[in-house]
Amino acid sequence: MAGTIGGPEAQFRAFLKQGRFMLQRSRSTGQHLYYPRLAVPGSGETDLDWVAAQGTGTVYATTVNRTRDGNTNLAIIELDEGPRMMSRVVGVPAETVRIGQRVRARIAVEDAAEIILFEPLAADGEAAGAQP
Amino acid sequence: MTHPLRGKTAVVGIGSFGCGEAPGWTSMELLCQSALLALADAGIPLAEVDGVFAATGTHAFPTMNVAEHLGIRPRYFDGTNVGGSSFEQYMLNAALALEAGLCNVALIAYGSNQRTATGKLVPLSEAQPYETPYKPRMPMNAYALAASRHMYQYGTTREQLAEVAVAARGWANLNPDAFMHGKPLSVADVMGSRLIADPFTALDCCLVTDGGAACVMVRADRTKDCRNKPAYLLGAAGANWHRTISMMPDLTVTACAESGPRAFAMAGMTQQDVDLVMLYDAFTINTILFLEDLGFCPKGEGGRFVSEGRIAPGGDLAVNTNGGGLSCVHPGMYGMYLILESVRQLRGQAGARQVAACDVALLNGNGGTLSSQITALLGSAAAL
Repeated sequence: MAGTIGGPEAQFRAFLKQGRFMLQRSRSTGQHLYYPRLAVPGSGETDLDWVAAQGTGTVYATTVNRTRDGNTNLAIIELDEGPRMMSRVVGVPAETVRIGQRVRARIAVEDAAEIILFEPLAADGEAAGAQP
Repeated sequence: MTHPLRGKTAVVGIGSFGCGEAPGWTSMELLCQSALLALADAGIPLAEVDGVFAATGTHAFPTMNVAEHLGIRPRYFDGTNVGGSSFEQYMLNAALALEAGLCNVALIAYGSNQRTATGKLVPLSEAQPYETPYKPRMPMNAYALAASRHMYQYGTTREQLAEVAVAARGWANLNPDAFMHGKPLSVADVMGSRLIADPFTALDCCLVTDGGAACVMVRADRTKDCRNKPAYLLGAAGANWHRTISMMPDLTVTACAESGPRAFAMAGMTQQDVDLVMLYDAFTINTILFLEDLGFCPKGEGGRFVSEGRIAPGGDLAVNTNGGGLSCVHPGMYGMYLILESVRQLRGQAGARQVAACDVALLNGNGGTLSSQITALLGSAAAL
């Protein structure tokens, strides 16, 4: 049980390790949280349950790091549940990512740790440009 | 009713040393040399310093190092680090301590040798668990993300960002102490520079220099003994809404939308009273965001506001007259230099870049990734 292994961050990472992208949700307010916390920011409700994230969202802000090693996207994604998170949009050239673009989460492993990345959603709702 | 802190304290000494490149100097030496120069400028002996306010990018306990190096025994000290805005926060905290009689002479100081020691901006912060795994290049990426959103939401253009850099260079070319003095810059130069983090080119980003800077504050009743005209603290206030850029409530609205009105209220002033605007311009988008949030133009209009040379020499509003972090000096935490330039202008010591009839300066310190905002108003005796 994730609840037995430490604080909210450790629990979140334990879920990720199981391949699950989970968010906290307040029973009384219905508000979803990212990143994981001890209470709803600002109002302090502690009635938090872990629920599966829908995994879909919209690009809120985006930049491209242009280095000798190539171009890498960095973005802030607004999840459909409301919270925002930093991530990277992959599967398409970094410089083609646009604010307002619909994206879907997937869990990858980088530097021996699970990480949530996003891929563009095609108009039909399927991930476009995903790696086979 | 007049706020009890308004005009009760003043900056009476300023000093800076090693701005640009200072090979062979440590950060603490640059800081202490600046402190000694600021005390000499004020005409106050070192032994009278009993309040120390300091931050650096490299010292965990900077006030202890300052006290030890200078051989003073402060009875009030504050090393709270809120990034580049720390020094505006120290002015407010020093005013409180001075007014409460907890100290009589407050020294505020900074020093960094980042350029000659490392060649790059030295990050002083710990990993952020929900951002660091994505390998952001901080702080640049945070500001680039904010710029992307401002462009999307308000139609701010690449050219308008470039206008900020060009205006800063225009001022730097009137300031012989500016690192980029004598190097003209055009909008085309900025836009044609190497794209490093969309929408930013290399010339949208602040300098990486060395430098120390310091100021001395006393109660207003002590200023008559000092060598130079005092710059009175008329108002100051802070606001802090987030730490990491992904948790910023709205990437187009900074917390100085809150600290600005508070500082104006303490000073009993409005934007109309301001002769000089000193904004922490780590990146070109900063100037646009802060002009909007501080009420010099409506939200979303900042890009148009800075165009056609409006904030450049000869424009309608004097902004960042030293050349700013973009073209004058940026040794990692630039906030101290907002104070120094404001004081020079209020004294009438700014040479070719002197703003005519400069009696009120607004400073906006920025720390972290648009995280901490501290707004302050300094004024001449005429502004009291």
